[in-house]
Amino acid sequence: MASTIKPRDAKELRQAVEWALNEGTTLDVRGSGAKLALGKPMVCDQVLDLSGLSGVIDYAPEELVVTLRAGTPLKDVEALLAQRNQMLAFEPPDLGPLLGRPAGEGTLVGAVMGNLAGPRRLSAGAARDHLLGFNGVNGRGESFKSGGKVMKNVTGYDLSKIIAGSWGTLAVLDEVSVKVLPAPDQTRTLLLLGLADEAAVKAMCVAMGSPHEVSGAAHLPGKTALRIEGVAPSVEARLRGLRELLADSGTRMEELGTLESRTFWREVRDVAPLKAAANDVVWKISCPPTEGPAIVARVRVECRAAEAFYDWSGGMIWLALPASADADHVLVRGAIGASGGHATLIRAPEAVRAAVPVFQPQSPALAALSARVKESFDPKALFNPGRMG
Amino acid sequence: MQMPPLDPAILSRRSEIVSALQAIVPGEGVIDDLDGMRPYECDALSAYRQMPLVVVLPETVAQVSAILRYCQDNKVKVVPRGAGTSLSGGSMPVGDAILLGLGKFNRVLEIDYANRCARVQPGVTNLGITKAVEHEGFYYAPDPSSQIACSIGGNVAENSGGVHCLKYGLTTNNLLGIEMVLMTGEVVRLGGKHLDAGGYDMLGLMTGSEGLLGVVTEVTVRLLRKPATARAVLLGFPTEAGAADCVAAVIASGIIPGGMEMMDKDAVKCAEAYVGAGYPLDAEGLLIVELDGPSVEVDHLVDRVAEIARGRGATTVRVSNDEQERVLFWAGRKAAFPAVGQISPDYMCLDGSVPRGKLVEVLGEMRRMSKQHGLRVVNVFHAGDGNLHPLILFDANNPDELRRCEEFGADILRLCVRVGGVLTGEHGVGIEKRDLMGEQFTEIDLDQQMRVKCAFDPDHLLNPGKVFPKLRRCAELGRLIVTQNKIPFPDIPRF
Ligand SMILES: Cc1cc2nc3c(=O)[nH]c(=O)nc-3n(C[C@H](O)[C@H](O)[C@H](O)COP(=O)(O)OP(=O)(O)OC[C@H]3O[C@@H](n4cnc5c(N)ncnc54)[C@H](O)[C@@H]3O)c2cc1C
Repeated sequence: MASTIKPRDAKELRQAVEWALNEGTTLDVRGSGAKLALGKPMVCDQVLDLSGLSGVIDYAPEELVVTLRAGTPLKDVEALLAQRNQMLAFEPPDLGPLLGRPAGEGTLVGAVMGNLAGPRRLSAGAARDHLLGFNGVNGRGESFKSGGKVMKNVTGYDLSKIIAGSWGTLAVLDEVSVKVLPAPDQTRTLLLLGLADEAAVKAMCVAMGSPHEVSGAAHLPGKTALRIEGVAPSVEARLRGLRELLADSGTRMEELGTLESRTFWREVRDVAPLKAAANDVVWKISCPPTEGPAIVARVRVECRAAEAFYDWSGGMIWLALPASADADHVLVRGAIGASGGHATLIRAPEAVRAAVPVFQPQSPALAALSARVKESFDPKALFNPGRMG
Repeated sequence: MQMPPLDPAILSRRSEIVSALQAIVPGEGVIDDLDGMRPYECDALSAYRQMPLVVVLPETVAQVSAILRYCQDNKVKVVPRGAGTSLSGGSMPVGDAILLGLGKFNRVLEIDYANRCARVQPGVTNLGITKAVEHEGFYYAPDPSSQIACSIGGNVAENSGGVHCLKYGLTTNNLLGIEMVLMTGEVVRLGGKHLDAGGYDMLGLMTGSEGLLGVVTEVTVRLLRKPATARAVLLGFPTEAGAADCVAAVIASGIIPGGMEMMDKDAVKCAEAYVGAGYPLDAEGLLIVELDGPSVEVDHLVDRVAEIARGRGATTVRVSNDEQERVLFWAGRKAAFPAVGQISPDYMCLDGSVPRGKLVEVLGEMRRMSKQHGLRVVNVFHAGDGNLHPLILFDANNPDELRRCEEFGADILRLCVRVGGVLTGEHGVGIEKRDLMGEQFTEIDLDQQMRVKCAFDPDHLLNPGKVFPKLRRCAELGRLIVTQNKIPFPDIPRF
């Protein structure tokens, strides 16, 4: 078992990396460790625990920006913002329970490093779209920064984008500035009942293409949900508009009020509706929305036990398959085929994740470019070696 | 403005390079006579001009790939160019570099309404995308004021914004995918019609990289449905501080307007004289706040904004009652730059971005500097996201005024950084702010950015002389000296 270092401030963080660089020690970089079971398994000499770097540095609600130490627990951030009626609009999911851990463990930087996003990805973007800037340490043991604390900034390369979704393989962060948005007064949901996958995705795409500002569109077996948020009179009018728009599908409709809606969408966000048995492997597929049903159908031809639900208007598929040594990766990626898209193996036993590509394989030119970018930040591959495969 | 010295070896090989390009792009696609190259000698930062080595206008991705591979093999520099509307000198030619124009990549390739996206070539104009889809009620959201002219490829390279970015995001938030060609000639596709491509977010990195990393040959953008309605509120305040307070109060109340623009008294005067939009001439600060969405929501929010404004001492509160009036409210704002052009031979448009809470301080300080430098400054800007556009009035034919204008501009941008803002919110660094990068970034910050550049373009051939104040060779940047002496384990908790 590797030992753990837990820096208390930016200086100690840099010293830890400097030390590791000198020793040639690889670092398993973690926030809370909530998403450790995601990615390629790693063998590291040392754990670098960022949870000691926690707390709010600056929160100015009227600027729509919060600056935090990177290891701040996500639930603390959410509670802080809620006091001022604001939120992280990208709805970072809590994947803890899906990955066999308690709920509520994640850190903000964990959400950023996975570029996670919930149902509002469709209208508000992912973590990448909300990370305004950061301070951190690269694999050369140098403290550096990128971006800033303002909404609009094109000064220099947008390194926030490449950091978001890098799973801790490029730099260790000390401080992040994140854009926040006002929380909606009301959240309501229109449910369409009994639609098959294809009809459901069609209805969701029609809704998304309407002027009714749908901020969530998910299809669960037998139940298709459209979320409408905002001020009361607007929510009423848009719900009415959606009902009229979708009337000719002939389907039965129901509505969820604000409280029920919040629970429902939180569950969708955290992948709770997926009927995954304890041993099932879980895939996340991102695809053009209209291609979703065909991809699932192709998987089901080979694997009738597959369970699935759709988020992002059909463009995100959560898929559970019975356990197998190769997680059926050839089947899953083959099903995506030429429609464009990618699949990530979110949950599987360590041995399976070691054996199959967890992240979508890239073209040789892109893979080589990615390797050069990795080297430009972390030439000795100290941070989370091999986690992205 | 110092550009890197021209490489005599390249200049002496000019005819050989022209022939090689002609072999790749037949016909009229290679322009090497002075008259033909003249239209390319500058971009919209027209105070700076230089003739390129030669202009090449490819029509296919294969040609772009062959050109770049040739340039890589022969160590010839390349400046990519869209429509040439950059305000930071981003597409200004370099004397020993090929100017690679993407103007012939002007086709809309695919429109997919169900998946709400369009796939277009990089030379299609920003407005061209909206024009191609508006009959179905859709549009492409980022709307730079130059949208009739600027290309979507240029928008990707600059991560351009516009009035509506407060609510709908910048270019980077509205892209789904690109195809690009690396200096090696390799063609790489990033993203597509799906979200979040997986792997490192190269799409995000490319956006705003100012043509320094690769040449974009195809763009997939997200389309949005046009909002059901839009109404504008015109608000006049007796002080700039009142207007700035109102901006903060609107946002703090949980309203994100479609756009929230501010003009100072001089800008109001110029615009009013130019288009007669009915602006109150007594206002020290004028706001135009646009609310868009379902009509009940817009009506509701318009009332709330008006109430907030009255609470902040607004002396003029007018709400547009029809589309014609809304357009009229905007007419003055939209014509503000040319209107300022009427009262001064030249102006320089800056682009610093500051926290909203610092607007008043920055505007006041700018006035003081204006006296100090002896040049007038007029402000028209995206108040909602703190993105300033000070216009410094000067006469380019007077070398002393140009010099003072440059100094004044640099002082304003330093001020932006000092109050927690940044050098550029949407126009890019280019050559204009290149030498100020050290105000915002440390040498280590810049070295890290240059190392990323090296991952794409190890010989610094793409868009040379832009963005980075001091170029360091990639071999030198990549060197890592690890001290052989053991560093004692630092005094950090360990278990
Ligand atoms: C009157 C006026 C108003 C403006 N208003 C705004 C505004 O409101 N908001 C805003 O953000 N900007 C604004 N701009 C600035 C400018 O229009 C934008 O920066 C625009 O995106 C530039 O597009 P372009 O096609 O003209 O690019 P160019 O000027 O040709 O090039 C800009 C940069 O992009 C690179 N580039 C171009 N095409 C490619 C490609 N295919 N692949 C790789 N690199 C490429 C070039 O090398 C250069 O670095 C304005 C400019 C003017 C003149």
